[in-house]
Amino acid sequence: MDNAKKEILFKLQQDILLWQGFKPQAAGKAELVGLGDIEQSFPGGVFPKSAIHEFITVLPEDAAASDGFIAGLLAILMKGGAVCVWVSTSRRLFPASLSTFNVEPERIIFIDVKTEKDALWITEEALKCEGLAAVVAELNNLSLIESRRLQLAVEESGVTGFILRKDASKTASTVATARWKISPLPTDTENGMPGIGFPRWQVDLLKVRNGNPGTFVLEWAGECFEQVKEAAVETVWSEQEGRQIG
Amino acid sequence: MQRRFVSIWFRQLLADWQLIRRPELAEVPFVFAAPDHGRMIITSVSTLAAEFGVETGMRAADAKAISPGLEVLDDKPARPRNLLRGLGEWCVRYAPIVAIDEFGMDGLLLDVSGCTHLWGGEQEYLKEVVTRLKSKGYTVRVAIADTPGAAWAVSHFGKVTPIIPVGGHVEAIRSLVPDALRLESTVLANLHKLGFYQIKSFIGMPRSVLRRRFGEDFLLRLAQALGTEDEVLVPLQVPLPFQERLPCLEPINTRTGIEIAITRMLESLCKRMQTEGKGLRTGVLTGYRIDGKVVQIAIGTSGPSHSVSHLLKLFQLKIDQIRPALGIELFVLDAPKVDDLEVPQEEMWTSKPGLDDQSVIRLLDRVAGKVGAEVIHRYLPAKRYWPERAVIRAGSITEKPASEWRVEKPRPTELLKQPDPIEVMALIPDHPPRFFIYKGVRHQVVKADGPERIEREWWLDQGEHRDYYQVEDDLGGRYWLFRSGHYGGDQKYQWFIHGFFA
Repeated sequence: MDNAKKEILFKLQQDILLWQGFKPQAAGKAELVGLGDIEQSFPGGVFPKSAIHEFITVLPEDAAASDGFIAGLLAILMKGGAVCVWVSTSRRLFPASLSTFNVEPERIIFIDVKTEKDALWITEEALKCEGLAAVVAELNNLSLIESRRLQLAVEESGVTGFILRKDASKTASTVATARWKISPLPTDTENGMPGIGFPRWQVDLLKVRNGNPGTFVLEWAGECFEQVKEAAVETVWSEQEGRQIG
Repeated sequence: MQRRFVSIWFRQLLADWQLIRRPELAEVPFVFAAPDHGRMIITSVSTLAAEFGVETGMRAADAKAISPGLEVLDDKPARPRNLLRGLGEWCVRYAPIVAIDEFGMDGLLLDVSGCTHLWGGEQEYLKEVVTRLKSKGYTVRVAIADTPGAAWAVSHFGKVTPIIPVGGHVEAIRSLVPDALRLESTVLANLHKLGFYQIKSFIGMPRSVLRRRFGEDFLLRLAQALGTEDEVLVPLQVPLPFQERLPCLEPINTRTGIEIAITRMLESLCKRMQTEGKGLRTGVLTGYRIDGKVVQIAIGTSGPSHSVSHLLKLFQLKIDQIRPALGIELFVLDAPKVDDLEVPQEEMWTSKPGLDDQSVIRLLDRVAGKVGAEVIHRYLPAKRYWPERAVIRAGSITEKPASEWRVEKPRPTELLKQPDPIEVMALIPDHPPRFFIYKGVRHQVVKADGPERIEREWWLDQGEHRDYYQVEDDLGGRYWLFRSGHYGGDQKYQWFIHGFFA
């Protein structure tokens, strides 16, 4: 009896996921993207690839951290020679820096347009293009309808969409699968050596559809992501920002 | 294919043109005259003036004497050619190859091979040409025959029918006067002197005899009329090897109609390109409107393509730019630039993704068509240390990097286009700063790496070197700062922020 109930529940959950645009992953086909425990926050424990991921980047420091985090993900998504499109109206990304994150910068096509309208059109067209691995778009504001269109496009094509949003006020009004906030954390060097260590971020998973939001500390350890366990980090509260910074 | 040519003779080209411009002249006899050896010689005569016995070649003064109230207008030597060019470009709707009649400079020659059936036959075709030109105000005589020479002869001197059936051109010109062969006046005078009043009287003579008497040019003209020698028409608009034409029964002025027209032309064009192993690089769609105006849109692709759906999408982005007004009666689709395209074997499984992936190229074509190709950038490494010049734009979508990307020195993920000046407090020269103020916020520096000195490329620009520091503040923000110039009491130096690290 108990088993039967469980089965029904599982079936219903699967149905809901399907209706919301999550395609069931074939057994063994699900690839890990190297995010460690973060992947457990997503439904089925798999990082959703054909989905829209939204990043809130208000400060330039956050934007740089988000760029780094996305670049780390692109390294895995673009394996096998795939191409990525980076749409922006005011791009500051320095292509040469991407090689630090194992991304070949020549495989990223930058489209720098003047107006937000063009950027949105290109983003939607690019998300429909099955030959791409991912699309990164720097958009300042995104309405509910526009985000829904983008979501429908990725459900069809399976391209991963990353939206970098500068305006944090209207966060609730989009249908993104996941909403992230990446902020830089003070680095740690081995044995207290002087200088700056591996880039370290606080990854706030603010919203996950059908998943569990959470906060993680992550480091780009030269070749891959590495999760920094809470125990190793002493809690530091910043007076200025009123948040935990390390 | 049986070749067919149409000759259109504008009997009074200049007079008709003048009447269209100034309808009030309809009641007045007028002539055109040009100065020649100090006299005004009449070059063109209107119908009314001709009734008074005024002829071309007369002196204007004499003509005025026999025809009172004669208006003498100035003639310009280039005018007939310009008029004919305009009319010829209008006539492109009837045939792809339209040439000016260089001999008389008062007519057009059209290569109509395979065109007339679109109007329902040769008779309807000629009727259409004549009525359309007549409604414009030009009186013309037309003829259709197997050779341009025969068509010209019949249009100028024919008395029976303007339509010479296939193979009947020799018979048709036999009874015409020798003038119909487009000959020099001296040759004509010779022929008359010898009593050759009809072409048939010398057509059977041996060539050697004719050559000795009348010259090589005479034989050439005769051969061209008979079709034994090819006459090359110099087209006003060179038709391109990949061109599609679509005349419409009814003028088209809706978006849907234009889309259907483009699809139809693309289908046949792409089929042809596919069989010849070509792909379109640039395409031009020209619409001939019924009010005589011409509208054009152009597309370009980043790689050769013969896919109907893709090219149609590119055109669809530009259809808004077409102003059809009352309607478009003829569409012409040109492919001025085509490239060889290997038809790849259809892959049963998804192909390897990459920069040469078809769907990516199509996406970029659409972006270039809508926003412009200049918005698409790709970067390759340059062998340079100066950060602003460390990357160069790739020339094409498939260009490979010539050198490796450098990873040994840290570079910020976000680089400011212009370094921003900051206020800095550093304790010891050549040490990283203790704190810096950027946009009014004080950042306490906790950790730092550096300096990394980057010298200016003196062969390109003048100025101070930069000492770069990678610093981290107490909140974890990582910045790229540099001091421009040496640290020194008397020397000028300034600190800048140049980027943000991840």
